[in-house]
Amino acid sequence: MLTEATGQPLDRVDGRLKVMGGARYTAEWDLPGLAYGALATSAIARGKVRAIDVKAAQQAPGVLAVLTYLNAPRLQPMPDKVGGSLFRGEGGITETLQPLQDAAIAYAGQPLAVVVADTHEHARYAATLVRITYDEAKPELDRATASRQTLPEAFTGSKEEPLQVTVGDPKAALAAAPVKLERVYESAITHHNPIEQLATIARWEKRNGADYLTVYDTTRGVDTLQEVFAASLNLPKENVHIICPFIGGAFGSKGWLYAPALLTAMAARVVGRPVKIELRRQDMFSTAGQRGATRQTLSLGATRDGKLTALQHDTQAQSSMVSGYTEPCARVSRMMYAVPNLGFAHHLSHLNLPSPCPMRGPGETVGGWALECAIDELATELNLDPVELRLRNYADKNPETGKPFSSKHLRECYARGQELIGWKARNPKPRSMREGNSLIGYGMATTMYPAARREASARTTLFADGRALVQSATHELGNGAYTIFRQISADALALPVENVRFELGDSALPKAPTTGGSATTATIGPAATAACQEALSALKQIAIRDAKSPLFGATEDAIEARDGRLVRKANAAQGETYAAILQRAKLPSISAEGTAKPGDEREQFSFYSFGAVFAKVRVDEASGSVRVAQLCAVYDVGKLMNPQTAHSQFIGGMAMGLGAALMEATHYDARNGRAVVRNLADYHVPSMADTPDIIAEALNIPDPHISALGARGIGEIGCVGTPAAITNAVFHATGQRLRSLPLTPDKLLKALAS
Amino acid sequence: MHPFQYQRAENNGQAVAAVAKNPEAAFIAGGTSQVDLLKEGVHKPNLLVDVAGLPLRQITDFEGGVRIGANATNTEAAYFPAIQARYPAVSEALLAGASVQIRNMATMAGNPLQRTRCPYFRDPDQPCNKRTPGSGCAAIGGYNHVHALFGASEACVATHPSDLAVALAALDARVQTTGPQGSRTIAFTDLHRLPGTTPHLDTTLAHGELITSIDLPAFAGRSHYLKVRERASYAYALASCAVALEMDGPKIKRARIALGGVAHKPWRTPAAEALLAGQRPTEKLFQATAAAAFADAKPLEHNAYKIPMGRNLLVRALLETSGLQPLAGPAGTAFAASVGGMAGQVATPN
Repeated sequence: MLTEATGQPLDRVDGRLKVMGGARYTAEWDLPGLAYGALATSAIARGKVRAIDVKAAQQAPGVLAVLTYLNAPRLQPMPDKVGGSLFRGEGGITETLQPLQDAAIAYAGQPLAVVVADTHEHARYAATLVRITYDEAKPELDRATASRQTLPEAFTGSKEEPLQVTVGDPKAALAAAPVKLERVYESAITHHNPIEQLATIARWEKRNGADYLTVYDTTRGVDTLQEVFAASLNLPKENVHIICPFIGGAFGSKGWLYAPALLTAMAARVVGRPVKIELRRQDMFSTAGQRGATRQTLSLGATRDGKLTALQHDTQAQSSMVSGYTEPCARVSRMMYAVPNLGFAHHLSHLNLPSPCPMRGPGETVGGWALECAIDELATELNLDPVELRLRNYADKNPETGKPFSSKHLRECYARGQELIGWKARNPKPRSMREGNSLIGYGMATTMYPAARREASARTTLFADGRALVQSATHELGNGAYTIFRQISADALALPVENVRFELGDSALPKAPTTGGSATTATIGPAATAACQEALSALKQIAIRDAKSPLFGATEDAIEARDGRLVRKANAAQGETYAAILQRAKLPSISAEGTAKPGDEREQFSFYSFGAVFAKVRVDEASGSVRVAQLCAVYDVGKLMNPQTAHSQFIGGMAMGLGAALMEATHYDARNGRAVVRNLADYHVPSMADTPDIIAEALNIPDPHISALGARGIGEIGCVGTPAAITNAVFHATGQRLRSLPLTPDKLLKALAS
Repeated sequence: MHPFQYQRAENNGQAVAAVAKNPEAAFIAGGTSQVDLLKEGVHKPNLLVDVAGLPLRQITDFEGGVRIGANATNTEAAYFPAIQARYPAVSEALLAGASVQIRNMATMAGNPLQRTRCPYFRDPDQPCNKRTPGSGCAAIGGYNHVHALFGASEACVATHPSDLAVALAALDARVQTTGPQGSRTIAFTDLHRLPGTTPHLDTTLAHGELITSIDLPAFAGRSHYLKVRERASYAYALASCAVALEMDGPKIKRARIALGGVAHKPWRTPAAEALLAGQRPTEKLFQATAAAAFADAKPLEHNAYKIPMGRNLLVRALLETSGLQPLAGPAGTAFAASVGGMAGQVATPN
């Protein structure tokens, strides 16, 4: 009897390929006749191109064409909505600026020309020869004084994600609260900085007399990109094919900013050859998205015994002039604690900076940081243990919607986390623990992630040799998608995992949403299962009608799949292998599609994952250096499909949260809006020396409502919560509250001097 | 990247001649910093003369000290037994810098010649007098978090990024060169210049002048390097310092201090050094020394934090070098040099 593949720590099925260099990433595809594009970008943040002199570039060796707004192909406007996500308008998810359509400049680094040449080196050099003069205007770079300020209604237009909400009467409750606290928290601009930079290869052909576009792109949304291309280039969707079998990390980038990809297609059309554009690392700081800076005000009202009576979370977010993206900072505040009077507001300022987009834990990472730091401050105010304060406000149902949580075991997370870090052995008094030159501190935070699930389809093909192929247009970001969907499919087919392959990353495959929002396991898992069930059903029908089959004449219900065979439920000895059925029917294979989507359960329950993060830090007082001595988390994320890839997702997320807490920040010149930090020497992500031996555990309790698999997503929860746990530990170590991310040595020294 | 010719140097003389006769030529050795600048379009030579193959890689005893060939890699020098044992500040500075991969490529002459990390220098779309003389200094009035406290000018507030250079300045190293005018010896403290009105010139080397070795003079004291950075590894110093102490019984005979990350060159502090001569080491004395070392600091908008940081760092370096406090790790390693240490559970410093 086969054991279930899901839940097993299967090694990554693409691991060997990646280590051996056999996994082909976008920039590595080689097409016959490939030409290379390079961008020339705006040196100023606001104004217009006055003149653009491309003569020298055109005459440089190997140059095939130079595209500017004067000669570039015209594009249709960005669609209003794609795949249910609002693109345009306040709260919309994407940059709506179509590249090279006019002379206007919205941010520094905006592409103003594409130089196409026969080699990468020729293109890059010629791009430096494009001479641009400007009519420069003073850029708007300050949230408080920005001339375009709005109150967006909903994040990405979703009715589930209103951005301005009041439940009860938080104002009155705050006024009446025996204990009140109002604090302002600020977070810096950060960048995803995946190791693989954005890249696109575009090839135009005529097929049956019509234009046909093939695109290799680093996208985590092949179907979304297909729609964007079709709409922008005025092509039928069927004539656009997007391919992306491997992504070298995304973390929120590579989903919602399309200018580099569109420019590649435009360049390829102009030169009549396939073209590749690969962004430089410097360009990743201007055209690949970012997490905008935030200023958040948390107002808490509580009784003396620590019952929250009011919570108001107001965010000042920022976006570019050409995007309505709004960091949804109240995503944690709106659901975490049992508070009767709850309000949140999001205020958006448009600036002459590059466009933001989701970044791992959009809203949750910095919004949850602010909330969980404020809760820690309240615990200090009330002289309560931070865990105890959270337990006193434990929510069994969603405080905004009143719906019960589908599955919540956060108390167990708190308890186990305390054991892992040795919480009770610490001296709870701030600034009371020391080792050598270091102050020692412990801190904790609650974490969560919305357990989204979307509609998706998959196709399963059973082959006459006994093997199976399952396909869906989802993506492998390095998260383990190839591995876990093979496991899930193997179980659905009752086949060993070695006999099942999973294919993804191709818009020609059955439809799947953009990979994001930690929704992929819960979305694609059920779709793959449904497709496998459909394929088995089709196979049963063949057997039932085949007089030579031991299953002849049975009803479908009376047959089940077991160990690679269809057998009669009543007598498993009566049955045969899938291969035998197909071979006798002289069929090389049989295919079926399946679709799965969330249902009525979404109306009944509130779906979230939970967790508790604990940190121990050392603070070197003389230098302001913080090091994380221990980082432990316990997560309640439903059933794990693969504990090994899950663990990697957890610790990767926690390391990213550590970076957000201690070092990640992109600075822009306050006068001219140019990125000052433009490389990975100056943009610090945690090195191994910054990363302790992270302990991440999961309760592994199936969610009975999310799907038959019981699995919620895990891509982002590790990043959320970690910054607050570290910040709270720094307070415990030093007695100083730091309310500005990241906690760099200069800020520590300033706080410690006060 | 701008197009350039590339040639391998045949010998010192040929290399010097090839670069000296072409004002747009440059030497290249490890290239770890230079290639970035080529790719950024900041460095635009029309000829690169590769000196990495010249036989300048030996590390040898020399006049009671150590002669380090210009082409010895940072790794080779850092782990050279005589250097690690007798000049631990040099090994500590090297090993607290860059990454293993970079140290394996970077040369000992190339390391002190790396260009500033001022972000404006690296962006061809920003004014920078160091990159484009006369274009202005964007760091003044801009984002000047990593910039100079000492010796800056209205033309440039950049700092020198090398850790190694700070240790060499404190140890009074000497630089041997061969150039179009023949060979000469330069005191390491005279190798780098202050920006003044010509910040595009980092050093006093003539065009085409090639470093052949770096010489550490005989030294019987203790030396030590400390560095603060925004992450535990692979980051440039926010502030650093190197200390060399020679003792006479319980008293300090002679002290040398060089500060890093605070000026256009490793910043020696003669007034502070003088306070230590003939004194018994005490924390109080070191506090006074640190106060004197930073007395003339002139902070910009975003870098005033370097003053308390630098003072605290110098006090700790003096305490650790004099033995009043233990080192954070074995002498001559990155563990001794890295303030804050590594993440994770570690034993109390030995």
